[in-house]
Amino acid sequence: MHQTFSAALEMNLLHANQTGADHNRAHFDQWGITCLNIMSSPGAGKTVLLERTLTALQPELAIAVIEGDMTTELDAERLRRSGSPVLAINTGRACHLDAQMVAGSLHVLATQYQPQSFDLVLVENVGNLVCPAEFEVGEHAKVALLSLTEGEDKPLKYPIMFREADCVLLTKLDLAPHLDLDLNQVIANVRQVNAQATILPLSGKTGVGMDAWYDWVRSQVQANSAGASPCYSPHPKSLSQSGRGTSNSPSPGLGEGVGG
Amino acid sequence: MHEVDMTKALIQTLQDWWQAQPDMPEIRAVHLTIGQFTCVEPASLQFAFAAQTQDTELAGVALRIHETSLIAYCHSCQQEYRPAIGQQYACPTCHAPLDDIRSGRELKIDHIEYRQPASVARESSRPVSPS
Repeated sequence: MHQTFSAALEMNLLHANQTGADHNRAHFDQWGITCLNIMSSPGAGKTVLLERTLTALQPELAIAVIEGDMTTELDAERLRRSGSPVLAINTGRACHLDAQMVAGSLHVLATQYQPQSFDLVLVENVGNLVCPAEFEVGEHAKVALLSLTEGEDKPLKYPIMFREADCVLLTKLDLAPHLDLDLNQVIANVRQVNAQATILPLSGKTGVGMDAWYDWVRSQVQANSAGASPCYSPHPKSLSQSGRGTSNSPSPGLGEGVGG
Repeated sequence: MHEVDMTKALIQTLQDWWQAQPDMPEIRAVHLTIGQFTCVEPASLQFAFAAQTQDTELAGVALRIHETSLIAYCHSCQQEYRPAIGQQYACPTCHAPLDDIRSGRELKIDHIEYRQPASVARESSRPVSPS
């Protein structure tokens, strides 16, 4: 006689991705790298933001970029002109980066570069306001861009992306005078779903508001290198000039890093 | 369609579980809890699961999805409320931002229903119904 039984699993559907993301984060921590996951819809200005950020922060931070794009390397080519290493991931049909794809890039970083020499890895996710919000890649903080041309209602329509973000950048601020849009309403809509996130209006074209973004990135790097492990330099490497001492020591904590 | 990737992870989890069982029982159904406030569309998950398990040992396994509503808790008002997804997430009484989510963010594999001869039933297993 057969009987029907029930076995409790009580497991997250994204368990495998979460495990992979934690693994990636452990590597970042071990190398003293802060990782930011940058997400938005297509055309919100992620690549311009990265171009500007690389130019502005390269003198003080060693930065690598992990670039997700569905089929081309166009964005990666643009960013390579900055001189920073750009590791491209062609996601194929996938609409988001996942932990396993980023693990592949970390392998490249570990074998072809000196990962300990980097302070910051910027992950440019696939342009999409839905899926990337559910797939952690090992980042310490999430950044969501919302261009003002997309309209005030997007935080309400795609709430999970804006709820998960530690920092929300309202981009294309230079276009605000030409748009039928209330910036305060955009901010209020982001706030409805996220009480804590840092919200920064800016323009990658004119540079308005970019300094506040750079400061936020610096604060993430500093807080993360100070909090990750006692053996970490409290300052970004290129500022401290002192090397990392016993940077090969294994098993940093798998803490949550820093919040927004 | 990220449901395809989620389904792959789900299938991997089921296969791992199945192979860890000494007698490789027949899986009948998988019960999931999917919150309303996630990026997952249950119908897409059903479709992806059926498509990807076709011609495998998991073919015909039923995917039973229990959906949970978005329920938030407002600390100022000390009460739960149901945000109107797509329109209003802040507390309807004091307008405080959406903060604690009590329900609706679940993406969970709850339990597996399986069949095996009663004689090999293990102590940790809970019989559901004889058949």
